[in-house]
Amino acid sequence: MADEIVEAPAPGKILRIHAEAGKPIGKGDRILIMEALKMELPIVAPVGGTLKSLNVTAGQTVEAGDTLAVIVS
Amino acid sequence: MPESELLGVFALTWQAAVMLGLGGLLIYLGIAREIEPLLLVPIGMGVLLANIPLGGLTEGHGLLALLKQFGIDTELFPLLIFIGVGAMIDFGSLLERPYTIFLGAAAQFGIFATFFLAYLVGDGWLRAFDFTFTDAVSIGIIGSADGPTSIYVATVLSSKYAPAIVVAAYSYMALVPIIQPPIMRALTTDAERQVKMPARARKVSRRTKILFPVVTILITGLIAPKATPLIGTLMFGNLLRESGVLERLSQAAQNEMANIVTILLGLAVGGMMLADDFLRPETIMIYVLGVVAFAVGTAAGVLFGKVMYLASGKKVNPLIGAAGISAFPMAARVVQKVGLETNPSNHLIMHAAGANTAGQIASVIAGGAVLMLVPYFV
Repeated sequence: MADEIVEAPAPGKILRIHAEAGKPIGKGDRILIMEALKMELPIVAPVGGTLKSLNVTAGQTVEAGDTLAVIVS
Repeated sequence: MPESELLGVFALTWQAAVMLGLGGLLIYLGIAREIEPLLLVPIGMGVLLANIPLGGLTEGHGLLALLKQFGIDTELFPLLIFIGVGAMIDFGSLLERPYTIFLGAAAQFGIFATFFLAYLVGDGWLRAFDFTFTDAVSIGIIGSADGPTSIYVATVLSSKYAPAIVVAAYSYMALVPIIQPPIMRALTTDAERQVKMPARARKVSRRTKILFPVVTILITGLIAPKATPLIGTLMFGNLLRESGVLERLSQAAQNEMANIVTILLGLAVGGMMLADDFLRPETIMIYVLGVVAFAVGTAAGVLFGKVMYLASGKKVNPLIGAAGISAFPMAARVVQKVGLETNPSNHLIMHAAGANTAGQIASVIAGGAVLMLVPYFV
């Protein structure tokens, strides 16, 4: 059981959330979509497991490296 | 008044008709296909207006003639555009990742390769096309993937192919998402494309961001003085953006001024595309050389990225080298897309944006360097 931290790849804004905390998630499943440099970046689960926490909400701005979500694999 | 001066239709040559068709095509591509509409629509309209027989817009005090004399022959328009571009660009992604400057520099190799090729098919060897040494240099500048730099260099060198060069440069910028990915895939291995790069970067202070444009002007100006007009206007625009106290001027440069000059520049460039100068085999060759310029620049950036991949102990993803050509922000987006293709959680966008803004600076310096070197050869 290892915690996989999903980080924001760039400073930007969270547009839409696609996953729910506490639910199981598959590798490659979409967690959320954020916008950076006028581009939509789909953030997907790098590993399969359970989405332990979802640390952001839609409309929030984030810095590069901020934790977006944590997955327990 | 003779009949032929009354009705333009009698003065219409087939060449002028082809140009009218071309003007229409540019307008169509801009509006229906959304290929660089900001430029292709004014350019297309300029072509249309210039080639209406007896319209008189390109003669004497005609509108298009005045715009050309006032804004292109003096190199004024591209420099004004650069103030706007400088105000639009956030060099933060470059300052946070200073190593990306090398990728921007490497991707300028397309300029030199294309120049050699143009010179070889022209006056240098084959003489198959009417390309003088300075024409070849101007054609090479398409490889800077930078519109204003292309216009500036081609007019300073007074190349007769300036309009074709500009239209080629802008068309290929729009085609970056088609030209680049196959080259990027061909030159990298799956393992190289998989390399993840850290999202978090050292934060740069506001003071650094303010000093950057001023220091860049000083360093560049003292090394490559001929680049001063280009780098000076680009960095002045950036200083307006970063100063934090000139929000109004920064907005005016990015919006009102850039938009007005884009309209005037587009019309003027279109107005320079007259049938006699444009409908020649040289124009087609310039288009062919333009693809070479973009392809070689991309390849050089990726290959240098591979050098950095090895030198850094496999920490640099070579794909970001492709963003070294200054087509902004298209090249950075292409890198992000190709990166995600290989690994859906590998976002290279910030690193690519660093290389891309570095490419913007490098292409301006390359333009200045070229202008500095040309007098030694002719």
